[in-house]
Amino acid sequence: MSIDQKVVARIATLARLKIPAEEQAHVAGELSKILDWVAQLNEVDVAGVEPLANVNDASLRTRADVVNDGGMPQDILANAPASTADFFTVPKVVE
Amino acid sequence: MTKLTDLTITEALQGLKAKKFSAVELADAHIAAVETKEARGTKAFVTETPDVARRQAQTSDARRAAGNEGVLDGIPIAIKDLFCTKGIRTTASSAILKNFVPTYESTVTQKLADAGAVTLGKVCHDEFGFGGANINTPFGPVVNPWSGKDPANAARKLVPGGSSGGSAAAVAARLAMAATGTDTGGSSRQPASFSGVVGMKPTYGRCSRWGIIAFASSLDQAGVLTRSVADTALMLRVMAGFDEKDSTSVDRPVPDYAKALGKSVKGLKIGVPREYRIEGMNPEVDALWQKSAAMLRDAGAEAVEISLPHTKYALPVYYIIAPAEASSNLARYDGVRYGARVKGETLDEMYENTRAAGFTKEARRRILIGTYVLSAGYYDAYYRKAQRVRRLIRNDFLEAFKKCDAILTPVSPGTAFAIGEKQDDPLQMYLEDVYTVTLNLAGLPGICVPVGLAKNGLPMGMQLIGRAFDEETLFTAASALEKAAGFTAKPPFTA
Repeated sequence: MSIDQKVVARIATLARLKIPAEEQAHVAGELSKILDWVAQLNEVDVAGVEPLANVNDASLRTRADVVNDGGMPQDILANAPASTADFFTVPKVVE
Repeated sequence: MTKLTDLTITEALQGLKAKKFSAVELADAHIAAVETKEARGTKAFVTETPDVARRQAQTSDARRAAGNEGVLDGIPIAIKDLFCTKGIRTTASSAILKNFVPTYESTVTQKLADAGAVTLGKVCHDEFGFGGANINTPFGPVVNPWSGKDPANAARKLVPGGSSGGSAAAVAARLAMAATGTDTGGSSRQPASFSGVVGMKPTYGRCSRWGIIAFASSLDQAGVLTRSVADTALMLRVMAGFDEKDSTSVDRPVPDYAKALGKSVKGLKIGVPREYRIEGMNPEVDALWQKSAAMLRDAGAEAVEISLPHTKYALPVYYIIAPAEASSNLARYDGVRYGARVKGETLDEMYENTRAAGFTKEARRRILIGTYVLSAGYYDAYYRKAQRVRRLIRNDFLEAFKKCDAILTPVSPGTAFAIGEKQDDPLQMYLEDVYTVTLNLAGLPGICVPVGLAKNGLPMGMQLIGRAFDEETLFTAASALEKAAGFTAKPPFTA
């Protein structure tokens, strides 16, 4: 087992994803199986190999540093579960 | 006369031009097909948009009458529900976006609309693209129109493949002439193989990803599913092209792909990678692979054995990089700016409850794996390592393309399986992607062409892989393979 219940609880918190306590052991088993399987990459010698993040190897284009979008608060808020005036609203975070 | 729903895009455009029928008649035939009980039973569509389709068809007829028609004017298509469509609900086939109505249009769907295509509706897929069977979604499972064909599974419904299962089912069942797909690890090609249609993933950077709900940003591309290679060429020409709104889209001219069709393959070198002959491979898939190579040889191409030595590591690389990027992309679904919200005592609890309620088990699994491999202390061992091996996989292809012009491989280890199969073990499902993920990792274009039926009566496709931005050679080889294979079989259910 690569990971146990405790690790599941920790990454679930990092991911802000509730995993009920009674499911954590099962999830740990599932994830361990996947992580044990990907561990076969340890066989590969990658000394001196640069990580590949962008297949087209191009440096990303830049654009003029100007405001070219915006002024549409109604569009931005159109799908919000809760909003007041031009703001998203969330549960109280400051006592 | 052939039923309107049976026509290919190429045939329909000729019919429209010759005034044999109008765009409205063509749209009505497809709307009627989509609205039948059997069609709805496939669950291919998440949202039907008959009113939009009729309105677009009317304006299409007007444009054609005025001589201003576009390349795809009047052609009824379905849109994978990962493409944002302005004013039309876009769910990503996820509960978390079940009421999301975008206020903007994706670049690819805008281009299709500008070319005159008519939108029949939004089609189902695995949530966010997570899966190869179209079962990981509260809107499914989507049923393969080939269900009932396989005597061993006569009583059971079959999966259409995934993630673009609704796209494949709609096109195979003649509910739509074409459908957009997306392709992160095979999501347009594998369902095409399972459903007996053509499915294509263009080169990374060929189509704009703007407005396509993100899964894994370094792998995602728009895809397309149709019933002929020529139709795919027509669709891709419209969908492709540079877009300022996607910094990874590439500023290169888009060729007229139709000109590459039917060209001689004489002298073309077709690579057959020895590492793709995997242990325990379905002998029928192997036989059809060899037969396809022979068909291309008979057409004048030369088959050459090639080696892609890091092939066996592609799946583990993919199942690190794709979930890592997915976990990052899915962080935005927090119940604040859009999507469903589930209450909590605190802000953090609200996030946790919202995300627990909104995602399927598979999405949850991928978010957790992704979060783990990106977390402090594990990033180098998993994510960086996977990115390094990814470069080796791409280098394999660069080496191979010194010896050949296109590569021929299977698409899937088998044919469509029953809904419920391979569902208990996520790993078993991941192994289905063995032939398709490699080219996403390398950013290359690939196309699935239906070439035959297995003994169980179900379709099997073969995959051609091309050099980056050389979709034209791919279309030339694919049209030769299509012609030689002469696949005309139809599923038991069609409109």
